[in-house]
Amino acid sequence: MAKIVFIDTGHVERIVDAMNGQSVMDAARRNSIPGITAECGGACACGTCHVYIDEAWFSALGERKAAEVEMLEYASDVRENSRLACQIKMSSALDGLVVRTPERQG
Amino acid sequence: MTKDSDAQRVVIIGAGHAGGTAAALLRQYCPEWSITLVGEEPVPPYQRPPLSKAWLKGEADADGLALKPSSFYVEQNITLLSGSRVVGIERGEQRVHVAGGASIPYDYLVIATGARAIPLRTPGADLRGIMSLRTAADAEALKAAICPGQSIAVVGAGYIGLEVAASCRSLGMNVTVLERETRVLARVACEALSSFFTDVHEKQGVHFELGSSVVAFEGERGQVTGVTLADGRTLPCSAVVVGVGAAPDEELAREAGLECDRGVLVDLDARTSDPKIFAIGDVTRRPMPIYNCMFRMESVPNALEQAKQAASAIAGRSRPSVEVPWQWSDQYDLKLQIAGYPFDADSIVVRGDPRQSRFAVFHLNGDLVQAVEAINAVPEFMTGRILIGNRKAIDRRKLADASVSMKEVCA
Repeated sequence: MAKIVFIDTGHVERIVDAMNGQSVMDAARRNSIPGITAECGGACACGTCHVYIDEAWFSALGERKAAEVEMLEYASDVRENSRLACQIKMSSALDGLVVRTPERQG
Repeated sequence: MTKDSDAQRVVIIGAGHAGGTAAALLRQYCPEWSITLVGEEPVPPYQRPPLSKAWLKGEADADGLALKPSSFYVEQNITLLSGSRVVGIERGEQRVHVAGGASIPYDYLVIATGARAIPLRTPGADLRGIMSLRTAADAEALKAAICPGQSIAVVGAGYIGLEVAASCRSLGMNVTVLERETRVLARVACEALSSFFTDVHEKQGVHFELGSSVVAFEGERGQVTGVTLADGRTLPCSAVVVGVGAAPDEELAREAGLECDRGVLVDLDARTSDPKIFAIGDVTRRPMPIYNCMFRMESVPNALEQAKQAASAIAGRSRPSVEVPWQWSDQYDLKLQIAGYPFDADSIVVRGDPRQSRFAVFHLNGDLVQAVEAINAVPEFMTGRILIGNRKAIDRRKLADASVSMKEVCA
């Protein structure tokens, strides 16, 4: 189990428990976290689970696959620390991961 | 005096992807209104796409499929009636009748009853082990029937058929796909794509019988043991999945006198022929402004778009802008993404190399992109989708040249 701290554009923090192997998108959906649409349900097909990963954590995540990098090019307000939440798998090493949701998806 | 913002009552018939999304949006737009979501299935709204993929392969659990956790409906004050079947709509009284006798009044009604898998009527079709795949219950039965080393027959080489074939093959079953057309994905993709997918599956060891009709199912003690083809051969199998299409569940609408034509007819507000009644998702036939025609789509993006249209119209908000239709299918490690439909297309441009499993087929009307089918080609899909929507003419030579970036093609 690991905790994820979601922070929205209004600076509201919501902390959820995620299971090892579960994606950040999935954890968000199961806990009704607003700001992540995930239209395709995690198939890396839509780009609407775009999130910003806190600088301190970014390098702890794995490398982005080509499909994710390409998909991110079409999201809004993409930054250096942008990721697709459906492609980040949680583990105890990521306990306390801080994830910020964007102004809008798509 | 009644104000527009006085709490109204919305009833949604059908708690699938469209219905569930409409309920959540309505609550967001109308915090004080009464929202009732009635679904025949015994579970809260969930996603169907993983049923043929992650679910079969044991990579997803029931909670993972749910659109929202059960607590969401309670917290958001959405009355969710699962396992309840609506048996009639009384338009004059503005009530829906539920099996068992209860009736629910509405100010606005949303019909989101979806579609049902079309069954086969061939002799033996009622044998145990012959399944379709539409609901979570279907998927559980199919998952239980998967057994490495055993044989499964898949009838229909559409998305369902091919995704099930890929999943079952990955799990070690012997898979035969039976298709009455001469190519796979005949209704939804072009020939180049059909050949590509047939090759991919065959390389994985899936066997195809194309241009082939099932004339009967054989069985022993009520359980299917084989499929008999028109040429007389019987292929042994321990299970069959039938994926030959879905029919819209329009009966309630038709019986209530709403206009239907192979689906409930709606406009771009998802409104039916009754101004208080809306219809969304797989059950509808709707305008396609980009193609100037009516069409019945079966896709998650359409369900989401129409949920937004209906919720916006009911809440008195401005109509959302029209979206370019799109869909996806995952088979093995291939991602097929399709935007648009090849209506009125007069030519094709292939970009990339099918042998590298990374390419796209563009369908053009003159120099306008009508549709794009992309395999592991995200920029082609995403840019193609934009081009279909903005109707911008492109240079075909640049499009065909994979060394020219899609950004440059659009410039």
